[in-house]
Amino acid sequence: MEPGHDVVKEHPRLELRGITKAFPGVIANSDVGFEVAPGEIHALLGENGAGKSTLVKQIYGILKPDAGEIVWDGREVDIPNPHTARALGIGMVFQHFSLFEAMTVLENVALGMDDPGKDRTALAKRIRDVSESYGLPLDPAREVHTLSVGERQRIEIVRCLLQSPRLLVMDEPTSVLTPQEVGKLFETLRKLKAEGCSILYISHKLNEIKELCDAATILRGGKVVAACDPKAETARSMAQLMIGAEFRSVARREAGKDTGPVRLTLKGLNMAPEMAHGVPLKNIHLALRGGEILGIAGVAGNGQGDLLAAIAGERKAASADTVTIDGKAVGRSGPAARRKLGLCTVPEERNGHGAVPDMSLTDNAMLSAHKRMGFLKAGFLDKGKSRNFAAEVIKRFDVRTPGTETAAGSLSGGNLQKFIVGREILQKPEILVVAQPTWGVDAAAAATIQQALVDLAATGSAILVISQDLDELLTLSDRIAVINAGALSDAMPAATVSVEEIGLLMGGIHGSPEDAHAKGAA
Amino acid sequence: MGLDTILAMLLTVIAAATPLLLAAIGELVSEKAGVLNLGVEGMMLVGAVIAFATTVGTGSPALGILAAMIGGMVMALAFGVLTLTLMANQVATGLALTIFGIGLSSLIGADYIGTPVDKLASLSIPGLSDLPVIGPLIFGHDILVYLSVAITVAVAWFLKKTRAGLILRAVGESDLSAHSIGYDVIRVRYFAVLFGGLTAGLAGAYLSLSYTPMWVEGMTAGRGWIALALVAFASWRPWRVLGGAYIFGGVTILQLYLQGGGDIGIPAQVMNMLPYLATIIVLTVISAGPWRGRLDAPACLGKPFRPAS
Repeated sequence: MEPGHDVVKEHPRLELRGITKAFPGVIANSDVGFEVAPGEIHALLGENGAGKSTLVKQIYGILKPDAGEIVWDGREVDIPNPHTARALGIGMVFQHFSLFEAMTVLENVALGMDDPGKDRTALAKRIRDVSESYGLPLDPAREVHTLSVGERQRIEIVRCLLQSPRLLVMDEPTSVLTPQEVGKLFETLRKLKAEGCSILYISHKLNEIKELCDAATILRGGKVVAACDPKAETARSMAQLMIGAEFRSVARREAGKDTGPVRLTLKGLNMAPEMAHGVPLKNIHLALRGGEILGIAGVAGNGQGDLLAAIAGERKAASADTVTIDGKAVGRSGPAARRKLGLCTVPEERNGHGAVPDMSLTDNAMLSAHKRMGFLKAGFLDKGKSRNFAAEVIKRFDVRTPGTETAAGSLSGGNLQKFIVGREILQKPEILVVAQPTWGVDAAAAATIQQALVDLAATGSAILVISQDLDELLTLSDRIAVINAGALSDAMPAATVSVEEIGLLMGGIHGSPEDAHAKGAA
Repeated sequence: MGLDTILAMLLTVIAAATPLLLAAIGELVSEKAGVLNLGVEGMMLVGAVIAFATTVGTGSPALGILAAMIGGMVMALAFGVLTLTLMANQVATGLALTIFGIGLSSLIGADYIGTPVDKLASLSIPGLSDLPVIGPLIFGHDILVYLSVAITVAVAWFLKKTRAGLILRAVGESDLSAHSIGYDVIRVRYFAVLFGGLTAGLAGAYLSLSYTPMWVEGMTAGRGWIALALVAFASWRPWRVLGGAYIFGGVTILQLYLQGGGDIGIPAQVMNMLPYLATIIVLTVISAGPWRGRLDAPACLGKPFRPAS
C-alpha cells in the first residue's frame, strides 16, 4: 500500500475489476467487478452455472483469470495458488468439501494450513479451543469418513479460522445444516465480522442472505446483473434478479385432502449402522400413504443414510415383514425387486451413489429406469429409448449440460441433482423416497423439483422426503417426523407443527442439539 | 535338524526377503501417492543388469548399486511421463514397462551371461560378527540387507510423522481435494514414482550382486509381482510389508528345503509354485475377506488426475 495515497477512503478488503474467465465453449465470468469492505458480509447470488464457484476459485488461486485484476487492500495482487491466497489472509470453505476421508480431523486441518507447526498435540488443542470458542465442537482424533456432513463442514471452517482469515469465502455453507446449526454458524460469522473479517457468502437461500448479509452482488450468465442491499429487498425480488424472470413459487395442494391407502410400511425396523461410529436404527415404525408427502427432518448423521438404504433394499432387514410395499413383505428383497414393485429412491450422495460419474447421462438413465420404462429389448439395451428418456429429463428439469452423452460426473452438483431427481420422478414411481431433493440446487430449479414432487403426490404416489432443510419440508410435507439418534418420532401434521418444536425434536428432547449430536456421534 | 541347518535356513530367508522388501517398500510409497506402477518387475530387471554391468566394468560394487538406483529411476521416470504428464492408463503402461524392462535388460546383459562377479561383501564388525549364531544372523549381512530395513523404517516414519508424508498420503487419498487446497499433485506423484524406481533398482542390484552374483535373463523370476502383491497384503502399511516380505521369503526357502529333504511325494514343480500360489491366495483372501475395506487402499489408487475446471 502506498503511504499517503487515498487517505480519505478506506480501501476495500477485496476488489475485483473486469474478471473474465472462459472455458472451452463457455464464458464462465465476463467482466465481473465488485468490492467487499472490511468487516462486510457480502453475498454472491446466482443460479447454478451463473459462474459463482468459478469466480471464487480465482480469488482463492485455484483458477487463473484470463483477464482482470484482483485488488487486495488497495494493492493489485497476483494469486497463482491457494498458498498465496492463504498468505494474504483468504480462507475458503468449499461446497464440495476439500477433505480426505480416510484421515483424521487433525490431519485434514494440518493439510489445509501452510504452517501447522510441528507439535500435533498443540495443534489438536488449538483445534479444540477454536472450534469450541466459535461453537463448532470437533474431535481432532476422529476420521472424517465417520463424520456427518455438518461436522465435515466444521472442519473446513475451523481450518480457516485457525489461520485468522481476513476474508472468508463460503460456498453454500448452510445447505446441509439444521436451523440450530445455521443459527450457530451465523453467530460465528457475525463474531468474525465484528473482529473485522470480511465474508464473501455464496448461497441460494435468500432469507438467510436478507438476515445475514450487508451487500449483495448478483450474477447471471457469468455477468454482474445487479448489486443490492439485501435488507432493502424481498426474497422474491432478489430471486427475480437472479433468474431474470418471474419467480414461481410452489403451488401446494389443499391441506386435509384425502390420502390413499398405505403403500409403504416399516414395522419395528432395527439395524446396526453401516459405518463405524454411526448410530443404529431403533424400532422404527412408519406408514406412508398414497398421495401424501411425508417429511423426515433430522441433523445429518442420525441414521438417515441407513434408513434410506433399508427402505431402498440396499440393506436388508432382519425379517421380510419389517418392510412392506403394498402389503407385500420385502424386507429381505434387494433394490431391483423393490424397484419393480414401484419404489424408486434418490440417495443423498449424487456422485457414486445416485449416479455413476464416469458414465453418460443416457447410461445413468438406463441403470435406474430400464425395468420400469422398458429399455430392454429381448435382454438387449435399447439405447435410443434411454437417450430419449434422458433428453426428456434434461428438458423437463432444465439440466444444463451439452447433451445426453455427457459424463454425469462432469455436471455441476446442482445440475446432476436435477437430473437424478428428474430421472426418478419421470419414472412415475408409486413410492418415491428422496433424500435432500434440492441440496445445492438454486431457487428456481428447487421450485421445479418441489413442484414435480407435489404433482407426483397429486397423482396418488406416496412420497417420503428425508431432508435437513426445514423450510423445504414445511413447504412440501403433509406430515413431518423427526429422526434423532436413530429413533423416529411420530409424524405430525405439517400445518400445525412449529419450527421450534421440530428443532427441539431434532436435538433430542432432553438436551441441546450439540449434546444429542455428540451422543449420536459417540 | 541341527542348529546349523536352522541358522543356514534363517540366513537364506533373509536373503530371499530382502529384494521383495526393497521392491515392495518403493511401490508402497508410489501407491500411497495414488500411482499403481505394475512395472516393478521391469524396473528390477533393469536395475539388476545395470548393477551387474557397472560392477564388472568398474570393479566397484558401490558404483554398481548407484547405477542400479539411477537405472530404476529412469525407468520410473518414463512411466511417470506417460501416466502423470500424458495421463496414459497406469495399468497398461505398467505392464508395458515390465515387458520393456525384460527386453532392455536382455539386450544390455547379452554380453555378461556367464561373467563372474564377486559377491557383495558382508559387513564385518570385529567381535560382533564373530559371535556364534547372533553374529552371522544379525551382523553378517551386506549393506543392502541393512539398507532395506533402514528404508522401511524411514518410510514408516516419513509417512506417519512428517508433513511431506502427510501431503503424499493426501494426494493418494483425494487428488482433487489436495489440488483445491493448493498442493501440486503431479509433482508429489513424480517424486513417489521415482522413489519406487529407486528401490526397485536396489532390489535388482541385490539379486545380481548378492543373491546370485551373476546375470541371468529374467533373473527376477516374478519377484516384482510378488512385491506388488505384498503391498496389498500389507494393506499399504510399511511394517506389514516388512513382515510380509519375510513371510514370503520364508515360503520361498521352505520349498527349497522341502525339496532338498528327500522325496516327499510332491512334484518339484508344485513346490516351485508355492510362493506364487501363496501370492494368489493372499490376494484373494484380502480382496474378498472381512478386510475388504475401501479405506485400506488409497482412494485415488490408479486414477489419473485431471484437475476439474
